[in-house]
Amino acid sequence: MSTVSPQSATPKIELVGVKKAFGPKKVLDGVDLSVAKGESFVIIGGSGTGKSVMLKSILGLLRPDAGTIKVDGEETTHIGGRARDRVMTKFGMLFQGGALFDSLPVWQNVAFGLIQGQGMKRAQAREIAIEKLAAVGLGPDVANLSPAELSGGMQKRVSLARAIATTPEIIFFDEPTTGLDPIMADVINDLIVKCVRDLGATALTITHDMASARKISDRIGMLYQGKLIWQGPTDAIDDSGNAYVDQFIHGRADGPIQMQVKLG
Amino acid sequence: MGFLSGIGRATLVFLAATGRLALFTARALSHCVRPPYYPRLLLQQMREIGYNSLPVVGLTALFTGMVLALQSYTGFARFNASSAIATVVVLSITRELGPVMAGLMVAGRVGAAMAAEIGTMRVTEQVDALTTLSTNPFKYLVAPRLLAGTLMLPCLVLVADIIGVFGGYVVSIYRLGFNPAAYLTSTAQYLETIDVVSGLAKAAAFGFIIALMGCYNGYHSKGGAQGVGAATTHAVVSASIMILMINYLLTGLFFS
Repeated sequence: MSTVSPQSATPKIELVGVKKAFGPKKVLDGVDLSVAKGESFVIIGGSGTGKSVMLKSILGLLRPDAGTIKVDGEETTHIGGRARDRVMTKFGMLFQGGALFDSLPVWQNVAFGLIQGQGMKRAQAREIAIEKLAAVGLGPDVANLSPAELSGGMQKRVSLARAIATTPEIIFFDEPTTGLDPIMADVINDLIVKCVRDLGATALTITHDMASARKISDRIGMLYQGKLIWQGPTDAIDDSGNAYVDQFIHGRADGPIQMQVKLG
Repeated sequence: MGFLSGIGRATLVFLAATGRLALFTARALSHCVRPPYYPRLLLQQMREIGYNSLPVVGLTALFTGMVLALQSYTGFARFNASSAIATVVVLSITRELGPVMAGLMVAGRVGAAMAAEIGTMRVTEQVDALTTLSTNPFKYLVAPRLLAGTLMLPCLVLVADIIGVFGGYVVSIYRLGFNPAAYLTSTAQYLETIDVVSGLAKAAAFGFIIALMGCYNGYHSKGGAQGVGAATTHAVVSASIMILMINYLLTGLFFS
């Protein structure tokens, strides 16, 4: 994103020394991250480097083994119950696979957080859902369709509409362009930029699509072997001076990052 | 040594699984009694578990009652005790066969569907999506199914009892040549309230177990299609075994 984020004394999201392991495998190994209010931060990194685990730890879907996570300066690492429910109202999330509820029509998917989370009347929630669908370029004719009747790109748009329907303060995007053709990926990138700007939200995105990362971010960080090994402004990524980052952004097989590939 | 460590490992795995199931049950029950409630979802599940299971449970009960009358006759006729057939049919159906057969059939139909649905939601991140939309998955997915299972199984078993007794009546009257009035009198003569009530109490317990195992296995499914398939199998097998075990315990409790 081209606009410079407004800085605030208290970070919107702050991670200090966050660790998470599954058995002997260390997925997060002391992650430190600070995202300011209104900023769009993108985390890049290869598959299996812990990007999704980090997002799920912030959301409370996974509990870190060590470290602290703060949202608006409030420690959220170990909260549960109503305190967690209150914090969750600040979040919206676009899942990698869309994660649309296939038992519900499109409009009820978009309005889900309004009806179930906020107790809004169904008629009013439907109107808002139609507005949000329009904001992501979908007409009211799709409102009554089932998610299974939509293409991959349309499902991503519906998922984006659902993520912004409750006007969240923080939006997470998990691989928003994965599985889409380049044109549709760019459409989704534009929609993300527009929606985040219109809401004035803080955005945290994980991706390995560099075109997407460059377009939607104010700052970029790279996660490798459970640590954020580099972070800086989007404009500075080409001159990062970090061999790992250089290899990743240019998509080279040769370099310090070695993929374990068994041939034959 | 290897044999002993194998036993130890299996014991630890069993205890860990029991602990996880106990925690899941306690958490699910606590969400059943705390607001917010989802009456629309409860009604939807009651229709799915109760109304939509009627054909399969009804047919099972009908043929069970018919076979019971036929088998009892071939056995009892040797001892000139065929007049006891009506009593045997009604007591067997209300006390044991009605709840157990209905429980096993519903475990296969509904328990599998619950595990598959929730398991698919788990592996496609729909359960995580519920959380991000400020909706507790236990309240939204588990509690309505547990309540609906516990409430609807007794209703199904009541219907199964009537159909099962009717099946025995049809075979006894039209195939074995019993007197209809005498058969009905024998049916009612030895039937007590506890016979029906114990069957309904068992049914409530079976309904709870079916929903619990369906939700538990679905909620903890991992991976993709294979994980969901395994969760579905575990849900049906574990529910069926637990139904048979708890049937024995409850029978001992009611009639010992």
